[in-house]
Amino acid sequence: MAIVTDTQNADELEVSAERTRWLRYLLRDKRAMVGFVILGIFVSMAILAPLIAPYDPNAQAFDMMEGLSWAHPLGTDDLGRDLLSRLIYGTQISLFVGISTVAMALVLGVFLGVVAGYYGGFLDNIIMRYIDLQWAFPNFIIAVYLVAVFGTGLFNVIIAVSLAFIDDFARVARSMVLTIKEEQYIAAAKTVGASDARIMWLHILPNAAAPLIVVGTVSISYAILAEAGLSFLGLGVNPSTPTWGLILADGRSFISRAWWIGVFPGLFIMLTVLSINFVGDALRDVLDVRETRSGGSN
Amino acid sequence: MTAYLIRRIIGAIIVMFAVATLVFFMLRILPGDPIAAMLFDVEDPNAVEFLRTKYGLDQPIYVQYFKWFGHLLTGDLGQSIYGSRMDVTRTIAEALPRTLSLAGLSFVIAMIIAVPAGLISAIRKNSPLDHIVTIVAFLGLSMPDFWFAIILIIIFAANLHWLPAIGYVPLAEGFWPWFSHLILPSIAIGTPFAAVIARMIRSSMLEVLQMEYIRVARSKGLLTTRLILVHAFPNALIPVVTVMGIAIALLMAGTVIVENVFAIKGLGRVLIQGILNRDYPVVQGSIIVVSAIFVFANLLVDILYTVIDPRIRYD
Repeated sequence: MAIVTDTQNADELEVSAERTRWLRYLLRDKRAMVGFVILGIFVSMAILAPLIAPYDPNAQAFDMMEGLSWAHPLGTDDLGRDLLSRLIYGTQISLFVGISTVAMALVLGVFLGVVAGYYGGFLDNIIMRYIDLQWAFPNFIIAVYLVAVFGTGLFNVIIAVSLAFIDDFARVARSMVLTIKEEQYIAAAKTVGASDARIMWLHILPNAAAPLIVVGTVSISYAILAEAGLSFLGLGVNPSTPTWGLILADGRSFISRAWWIGVFPGLFIMLTVLSINFVGDALRDVLDVRETRSGGSN
Repeated sequence: MTAYLIRRIIGAIIVMFAVATLVFFMLRILPGDPIAAMLFDVEDPNAVEFLRTKYGLDQPIYVQYFKWFGHLLTGDLGQSIYGSRMDVTRTIAEALPRTLSLAGLSFVIAMIIAVPAGLISAIRKNSPLDHIVTIVAFLGLSMPDFWFAIILIIIFAANLHWLPAIGYVPLAEGFWPWFSHLILPSIAIGTPFAAVIARMIRSSMLEVLQMEYIRVARSKGLLTTRLILVHAFPNALIPVVTVMGIAIALLMAGTVIVENVFAIKGLGRVLIQGILNRDYPVVQGSIIVVSAIFVFANLLVDILYTVIDPRIRYD
């Protein structure tokens, strides 16, 4: 009995040593550090929005399109609303959409990919023909089309963007399953009578996690860009909601009179996306994942 | 080669058929009623009935599908059900040259930026110049193209008054009017695209520079510029071409959104206006044409690939 406990302890030790190694690696990577810091600022901004926003994001005042000042650090918009406060609240929507769409796309895509890869044959054919079809088109165009089908609004945007991203996850998951499936420990699990669901959940998924984490992280940035793009085109969330894409779309009308309305929302989008890309890149190095798809899904 | 070509072309036709079918049926699950939208929600049962019959919406869905498909094969995409009821095929035919001009010029600009940037950062690996290129590429990748478009308008149109802020002029009316209207949107689309390509050229060049034949050529005392441009670069382009299909898709996605910033009535603007007006035939038509462009571009890339790399045989 004691021996079992010892090996368990050893395993745990090894796991925690592995973790600190990753952490050390990430901390040494300057780009990853910059990414974590910026991302940390945006996450705290989203969580603490009601506490740190200087004004109510929808409160209108008479100082319309006022330039940068101490009272309004990033100026005001055409209705006299404080731009900084609106952008701080916009962080909530952007991060929420980014994370929730990727979570949904991940669950659905991985499910399809694992099932296709594990069972193979007819099921694999059906699923992958569809995934290949979707793969041939840019995610953003698919998201635009799905919004056309479902209609606009926050919930529909989340569904549309996540469906547009499932092909990325399904392909990665399937290719991982195809390699892992041949491993001896899977044969061993089958021999002792483990069910298919148990094998997929306990033995295949954990071993396919690394590339999925990388694709997932990078996809959050693409999802944020996609939401901003949809909102910008008027296909996104409700017009009264302060989101970065919508504020930017508003700013377009006042380019010559109030440049700040057009400039700052984009800066917020870019910094968020940049920091996520930095973190994703560092994770790719740490987890030793080869690039699965060069370029963006913009 | 011929067998491969035929197989690829048949594959492309099947994909287009699948896309057209999906597009048709998915739009039919749209919650809104286009007839109601046309009548601005006036509730007159007679008018609704009349329009439903006129547009064939009273027939069973499979009948509508076969009819629509028959028309599609003859190049007839139907009629817009919004505004002046324009012919969709004509609207798209007018929009297409604008989008293709924009995509083409964006591609050229992207290459002008990406090739030197990628080459320099590969040759001077880990130099300050390489780091600058990497950082700029990261910024380019993270920047929303529609935002960059607005920044360009603020600087070059609103403040410096060098270039027009919106619109499009056909090439037939002179090169400069055409070019001056397209240059800003092309830079907006081309720059993020250049970031992707520059990074690909860099990593592909780094791999090629490790190869035996490059070292042999170098030891023979070959001039560095000749070595890089004649021996290394063409080979480094091969993996870049493979992802060109994805890259073209990115470029097209860029035009959809940037056309809307610059009020260029290309495919992207037609598509988005169609969605905002709940104009089925226009949405269907433009999505099918956009899809056809992707499928054709991917086909072209695959064929190009066999041409530039004679080692590849698909028999």
